[in-house]
Amino acid sequence: MSTAVAQTWYMTQRQLMVFVRQPAYAVITLIQPVIWLFLFGSLFKKVIELGGFGTTSYLDYLVPGVVVMSALSSNLWAGMGTLDEIQRGTLDRFLTTPVSRAALMNGNVVNNGLVTALQSVVIVLLGLLGGADCPGGVGGIAVLVVASVLLGTIFGALSNALGMLVRERESIIGINTFLLLPLTFLSSAFMAPSQMPDWMRHVADLNPLNWAMVAGRSAMSGNPDWGDVALRGGGLLALAVAAVWLSIRTFRSYQRSV
Amino acid sequence: MSTSTSATRVPAVEARQLIKTYGDVYALNGMDITVEPGTVFGLLGPNGAGKSSTVKILTTLARPDSGSATVAGHDVLRHPDRVRRAIGVVAQNSGADPVATGRENLQLQGRLYGLGRTDLARRVTELLDRFRLADAADRPVKGYSGGMRRRLDVALGLVHRPEVLFLDEPTTGLDPETRAAMWDEIGRLAGEDGLTVLLTTHYLEEADRLAERIAIVDRGRVVVAGTPDSLKGELRGDAVHVELRGAVGEAGRTLLRGALGGLPGVHEVLVDGRRVSVRADQGAAAMPALLAALERAGVGVATATVARPSLDDVYLRYAGRRYSEAEAEAEGAEDLVLAATGGAR
Repeated sequence: MSTAVAQTWYMTQRQLMVFVRQPAYAVITLIQPVIWLFLFGSLFKKVIELGGFGTTSYLDYLVPGVVVMSALSSNLWAGMGTLDEIQRGTLDRFLTTPVSRAALMNGNVVNNGLVTALQSVVIVLLGLLGGADCPGGVGGIAVLVVASVLLGTIFGALSNALGMLVRERESIIGINTFLLLPLTFLSSAFMAPSQMPDWMRHVADLNPLNWAMVAGRSAMSGNPDWGDVALRGGGLLALAVAAVWLSIRTFRSYQRSV
Repeated sequence: MSTSTSATRVPAVEARQLIKTYGDVYALNGMDITVEPGTVFGLLGPNGAGKSSTVKILTTLARPDSGSATVAGHDVLRHPDRVRRAIGVVAQNSGADPVATGRENLQLQGRLYGLGRTDLARRVTELLDRFRLADAADRPVKGYSGGMRRRLDVALGLVHRPEVLFLDEPTTGLDPETRAAMWDEIGRLAGEDGLTVLLTTHYLEEADRLAERIAIVDRGRVVVAGTPDSLKGELRGDAVHVELRGAVGEAGRTLLRGALGGLPGVHEVLVDGRRVSVRADQGAAAMPALLAALERAGVGVATATVARPSLDDVYLRYAGRRYSEAEAEAEGAEDLVLAATGGAR
């Protein structure tokens, strides 16, 4: 067991090195959400007047939205990294060593989780700097970050599995463009639920992105509904575990096809 | 354990009747190989002949449709983990991490095999020196030349002191000078204590130079195996290759076979399109009679050469076609396999 943990850590370190040693990549990961924050913040500023947002500043409402959207969008690309490793021969090299298959995948999961957490904290800090209010305090922010990490894990693991199965960049690009905006807009990320059409609200209830959204926003509000937070958080955790399990299983079908 | 292995002479690698298909394409069609411990064994064949598929199965990366194999005495299907501990693998793309340094790549590889801190540090330094990478050890691998990368790949495969080392096309894509240097290094590996090397290559010269025993692979199976000298020795006399001005049809082929085969000191006439290959006790002495016979048969000769037997001739004899043609055909087969497996492999 301790070997698997140590191996997971070696694999995580290896991935973090890519993030740390390629500053351009790190900067892009962090700058893009900032653009969303200020773009949407200015564009939709007036929608707050419609009511139902539970706050008088759209920025308060927007910060968790951008955090969750960014968690989804950066993790959807995880499969590209796996694809690079397959094409470079790195994955095959590791698969011929005694390294635990779970450690190989979990290295990705932990790395993506750490990057997502960092990205989320930076967005929140910039939001606060820009004048956003967070009555829920540090505890609320922590819940939002954890929910984003779980959401990222679900889609990161699925993206990895997809990368191993289809081994084509085009498929990953296609699925990502297909998923990102619908998942983001079929949620309360930018619009108060009470302003959404009925059918859309029902769809949003089934959207994991919205679970992260609702849990984070509730925990950050003045009067959190902890039961709701636990329910959505539990749902995210269950899906994350299932997605990681599935991606580890994918190694088998990968090995059948090489 | 390695001593008992060599004492009882359990083969370092043994594959029996391996079959592997991708859709309708047979990558392996009854592959059999046996590699004695402590030897360098060459799997020689054109691209797509099944060398890489064999290596993937023996290194636990892929599973065969049927057949069995053991490596270092362990069954690749039943005990893949034991096999993985005993082998080092240098694939065609070994995928050293480009962002990490050479030293970091080696350290990570060693940790995956559970090498202790001090032992690992010592081993890494030793390998960096041995593969002339000491100066570049702390630079990111993305700045390495092709030859340096290849040497690092081999070092990665040796970190944990494996019993059996797999080298899949070790010099493909290297320039001639780097290739020669790589050959020297692989030659030295063979001298290492008890290390068994299984090498795949599509370069005849490479197999001839490095391997003690060779298996020639064609269309997913071994067509002949032996030492390079014994394989060449089985071919009597010289090879005479004649290129005709035009291709001959089926009738012309039979006619030529009859006309040339009857000449004194001439055996084994092969006619393939425009190329006629003949084995003769004395190539130069047989040449005038051969040319005269061809003229009588009414076919124009473009070029004619006499050569000592080469592995190319061995290949021609056992696979029934020239090596270069097999290579060209393999390109097409490769595309089929790629299509069947859904792209990038």
